[in-house]
Amino acid sequence: MQSLTTPLLLIFALAVIGYFLAKSRALHVAGGDIRTLVSLPNQHALNTALSTIVPPAAAVLLFALYARLTGGEPNWFFSLVILGLGVTGCALSLIGIKTDSRARTYAERWILGLLIFASSIAILTTIGIVFSMLFETFNFFGQYDWRDFFFSLSWSPNFRGNSDLGIIPLLWGTLYVSFIALLFAVPIGLFAAIYLSEYAGPRLRSIAKPAIEVLAGIPTIVYGLFALITVGPLLRDVFAEPMGLGQSASSVMTAGLVMGIMLIPFVSSLSDDIINAVPQAMRDGSLGLGATPSETIRQVVIPAALPGIVGAVLLAASRAIGETMIVVLGAGAAARLSLNPFEAMTTVTVKIVSQLTGDTDFASPETLVAFALGLTLFVITLGLNVFALYIVRKYREQYE
Amino acid sequence: MEDMVHVDRAMSTEQDIKISAKGVQVHYADTHAIRDVDVDIDDKTVTAFIGPSGCGKSTFLRCINRMNDTIDIARVTGDIRIDGEDIYDPKVDPVQLRAKVGMVFQKPNPFPKSIYDNVAYGPKIHGLARNKADLDEIVEKSLRKAALWDEAKDRLTAPGTGLSGGQQQRLCIARAIATAPEVLLMDEPCSALDPIATAQVEELIDELRRSFSVVIVTHSMQQAARVSQKTAFFHLGNLVEYDDTDKIFTNPQDPRTESYISGRIG
Ligand SMILES: Nc1ncnc2c1ncn2[C@@H]1O[C@H](COP(=O)(O)OP(=O)(O)OP(=O)(O)O)[C@@H](O)[C@H]1O
Ligand SMILES: [Mg+2]
Repeated sequence: MQSLTTPLLLIFALAVIGYFLAKSRALHVAGGDIRTLVSLPNQHALNTALSTIVPPAAAVLLFALYARLTGGEPNWFFSLVILGLGVTGCALSLIGIKTDSRARTYAERWILGLLIFASSIAILTTIGIVFSMLFETFNFFGQYDWRDFFFSLSWSPNFRGNSDLGIIPLLWGTLYVSFIALLFAVPIGLFAAIYLSEYAGPRLRSIAKPAIEVLAGIPTIVYGLFALITVGPLLRDVFAEPMGLGQSASSVMTAGLVMGIMLIPFVSSLSDDIINAVPQAMRDGSLGLGATPSETIRQVVIPAALPGIVGAVLLAASRAIGETMIVVLGAGAAARLSLNPFEAMTTVTVKIVSQLTGDTDFASPETLVAFALGLTLFVITLGLNVFALYIVRKYREQYE
Repeated sequence: MEDMVHVDRAMSTEQDIKISAKGVQVHYADTHAIRDVDVDIDDKTVTAFIGPSGCGKSTFLRCINRMNDTIDIARVTGDIRIDGEDIYDPKVDPVQLRAKVGMVFQKPNPFPKSIYDNVAYGPKIHGLARNKADLDEIVEKSLRKAALWDEAKDRLTAPGTGLSGGQQQRLCIARAIATAPEVLLMDEPCSALDPIATAQVEELIDELRRSFSVVIVTHSMQQAARVSQKTAFFHLGNLVEYDDTDKIFTNPQDPRTESYISGRIG
């Protein structure tokens, strides 16, 4: 793409020049009285600048796509094409400036187009990710029976072949760890949010809220170390061993607890904003009827804030499901299907990493399974989000 | 008709003071919103607060059930007694006070709950109903009194926030009377109502007078004259004049009252 830099810079300069040319030409056409113009000089200028830039930019994007598919290189001909597009756009819009031309409508259309483009990038990326995963997943299922993948209860990859690649033990670990993490994070985060937004004075609030949010800025590897060195041994010595539940320092409980701490600021910070957005008039109405502050919170504030709180919890859940570092260091890497929370287990994400590290070729089922695991995880979080949207919408319909 | 006259006379002879305020001052940070107000509000009477916008009517009303407590920057001083008891005494629980002194707010503020649950909210919290049938009855009676029953009876489970502005205001009135307060404070309860609903609410106020004292803020002189027995005129945070409604409207003592009711200041 090196050779495209110069034409693109030229186009950009042309757009700036076109902007000012269009402005002065519009003023000239108006003959000193801009009220005779249907569109204002600024709108003409914007239209010219956008007409100069957008078509060449679109052409570059299309070419990039084409080059990716065919392996073509940009050449002098292509540079000429984009320069031509820019000059034509600029010239046409400059010539088009008359007192009654509708530059305002055109400029609005250009902007609308840009906005639509921006939103489609997000959607197209998602689709792109799904397709690239899907492709490798099909490869995997060509070599490994999907029934074994989804229903086998054992996970024991073996790089010399003959592996058991059942997702269930991993999925179980993921759900178990996430569940424990949410069990800690949701009540603590929610109660902290309620305290901060409803009871704490402005001074305390201005100190405590950032302090809690610091938790969100700690890298997960640091949490992992905390789990490995402090929480794991502590839980083993205080709970697991005395209760006869095992001698392992890495356990679901360790990872879940530490992950829960990591998630507290997600839940509390979002819930706090949402609770604060509930209008004061709502609280006044309840207090004015002789309800206590806690009755008001339980029966009026929380129900009004519920859609947002559900959203916050599901966001935390997605984080928990995707978390890897804390699990490696806190819960270990052994796939196991067990109810005992003090036993080492592992999760889908950890196994994705371990299947893809080391020198392996990308053709054996032992590596390709990572894509099937990733896609399954993606489908689960997608389902979770759709479910959240459904709940939130249902609630909105009822209460707005 | 004779009955009415009889009732009226009985009322005017037996005038217990329900609320007594002395030297009340309210500050919002640097704004001095209420300046040294003294007023005695009678039991079983409708008292109207009138005055130009921003003169402190709502602020004073909120002092009576301590709703100003919920505003961080508001500071209330002075002495307000209900039935002789100082409501700003540290021993008094504002929660209990507010159960006794109901309030309808200036802006309708229904809860994001069903119409039924909006009205049942107070009775449920205060345990006023023994069973579901009881509660149903309270809800129906309150909605009827607030002139909303006919419109709401088929959609009791629909959200209260989905009602029109005037319906919401009546819902808030129903919600307030469902808790059976002793004093009802109404801040412009008819500002969003059509003439028919206004007449119904005024009828309700007149009926409530038999058992409670009602304080109503209104911008309508006619309404003040129709429903109230006593009228207080506020101006720039001062209580300028407080007297029998008849007297305020026919023979005001203060020139400011005179010019306000004749429409010259506002
Ligand atoms: N929450 C508040 N914070 C700060 N100042 C306030 C607050 N509420 C009221 N005030 C001020 O106190 C004064 C009295 O306001 P209040 O709401 O009591 O007027 P009002 O007589 O009810 O007016 P209206 O007829 O428009 O409702 C006004 O100057 C207002 O700006
Ligand atoms: Mg007011």
